[in-house]
Amino acid sequence: MDISQLFYDLFFDYTLRTVALGSAILGIVSGALGSFAVLRKQSLLGDAISHAALPGIVIAFLLTRSREPAVLMLGALIAGWLATLFMLNVIRTTRIKDDSALGLVLSVFFGMGLMLLTFTQKLPDATQAGLDKFLFGQAATLLQSDVITMAVIGALAITLLITFWKEFKLITFDPEYAASLGYPVRFLDVLLTTLLVIAIVIGLQTVGVVLMSAMIVAPAAAARQWTDKLKNMIFLGGLFGALAGVSGTLISGSMEKLPTGPVIVLCMSVIVLFSMLFATNRGLVWNWFRNLQNRRQLRAQAVLADLNTLAMQHPNQERGHSSAVLRAMSTNPEGVSLALSQLKEQGFAQELGKDAWALTQAGLDEASKNEEKEA
Amino acid sequence: MAVNAIDVTDLTIAYKDKPVLWDVDMEVPSGTLMAIVGPNGAGKTTMIKSILGLIKPAAGQVLVYGKPYAEQRHLVGYVPQRGSVDWDFPTSVLDVVMMGRYGALGWLKRPGASERAAALDALDKVGMKSFAERQISQLSGGQQQRVFLARALVQDAQLYFMDEPFQGVDATTERAIVTLLQELRSAGKTVVVVHHDLQTVPEYFDWVTMLNVRRIACGPVSEVFTDNNLRKAYGGKVAFLSADDTVKNGKH
Repeated sequence: MDISQLFYDLFFDYTLRTVALGSAILGIVSGALGSFAVLRKQSLLGDAISHAALPGIVIAFLLTRSREPAVLMLGALIAGWLATLFMLNVIRTTRIKDDSALGLVLSVFFGMGLMLLTFTQKLPDATQAGLDKFLFGQAATLLQSDVITMAVIGALAITLLITFWKEFKLITFDPEYAASLGYPVRFLDVLLTTLLVIAIVIGLQTVGVVLMSAMIVAPAAAARQWTDKLKNMIFLGGLFGALAGVSGTLISGSMEKLPTGPVIVLCMSVIVLFSMLFATNRGLVWNWFRNLQNRRQLRAQAVLADLNTLAMQHPNQERGHSSAVLRAMSTNPEGVSLALSQLKEQGFAQELGKDAWALTQAGLDEASKNEEKEA
Repeated sequence: MAVNAIDVTDLTIAYKDKPVLWDVDMEVPSGTLMAIVGPNGAGKTTMIKSILGLIKPAAGQVLVYGKPYAEQRHLVGYVPQRGSVDWDFPTSVLDVVMMGRYGALGWLKRPGASERAAALDALDKVGMKSFAERQISQLSGGQQQRVFLARALVQDAQLYFMDEPFQGVDATTERAIVTLLQELRSAGKTVVVVHHDLQTVPEYFDWVTMLNVRRIACGPVSEVFTDNNLRKAYGGKVAFLSADDTVKNGKH
């Protein structure tokens, strides 16, 4: 399937357009709210909440016998919040610490969910078919009405995020100081966690319970690599999430039998990998290059200083010195010729004759400037 | 008779059956620079957190300028311990200082030009104006402390609480901060500092409260900061070294 056909279909093919739109919304909301969760050290909480949603979905179905997404989402929301409360209580009342409480709740709720799911699948009721798709998502079955629901709830979540921006920033950075200013920190904490639960819930239909945590954590991890400003980080998180959503949809749509949810998560992983390697200032490759440049610059400076020393020691400052002498003076003899050509390029050194190096006037000025800096 | 900046009566706080503060009374007149000292676990941080309403006491009453704290928030500035915060948070120095104005802004308003100017002014007072756009992850311990102080200054409060501000801070910064605190005191403000270095108490502070779960002493440094009280507070774990040729231990 060629690219132009793909992009045409993106706008005019109902299914592709709907799924792509739904994935984009999922990406924006989970990317933005996930960034806050990561900054609040709640990345794993997102994982626990999404796994805990499974029993909520199944019980919601069992009680109503309806597979309306709104109903199932409500079940997921309630289960997600119950899991959070359970975790907080375990941490507060027992000796179990954060990470253990999290793992505990995640496995217990998920286990219960799987048990209920298996039970449901044995029922003679045909409507239960497809509930298991919530494990890894069933993006291909998204309807326009589902996407509209996601859009409305997502827009609400983003609006609340913007409205309470400075409060959320404050309680994430310094909740004690926030309390001393008189802010109801508990209320704000609950609100922000609720927004996170909402972000998770609207994504469950697309990427499923098992992989949703990736869409919470990965956009934030990628975004952090590119910026040091909170506003930009949240924005980039949403952008990366949307990018992963749309590209995942396109890729899985163009090939047979590729499930959309996991492909979206894979696209997100590629974005994260790229960000880890190539981001400006923080990327590994970027830093490697910068270190290389720094080392070269330092070596050149050392050779410059050595040439200066030689010039000072000889009554005839114009005299050239061979690179062998410089190599003898240097702690890194192999780098001397490279340093000399670098100095020549910068106009600080010149070759007076064959292998006779001396500083130019500019070079002498530079050397005395460096000496002053050292003093 | 001027109202005390702080009046604490019978303050009792327990943490799972263990008393952290027991029946503590404390009076701090306004316009003083006071240190709270005591051994580890003495309840010093708990004391100021309970005054700020961050911890609920089991018993006791706290009045700030004669009224309950909740009514006097706008008069109080808080400088928490540096370690209570993750300095890797993506934000700049100026941004952190502007947070001090959030309380005055209320819920929906965003910080604007006047908040920015006030923040730059406070940074100037602590000598950090050139660091305004710096990432907070790139600050040294002393710089972090000064940023926190600027954040409290921007609140334009009457009563300031500082929790171990000199912990891990270089000598120059320490001196600069103390000078600033003394200026605040001269301007009529009250400053309460949880302090860890007994050596500098007589030099920096005019009032001191000595705690060890119970109140050992509270009053002017010259009257109350005696070897006897220190012994009571530190339970014998303090050595008195006098500036003679012979070094005596615990004798007076």
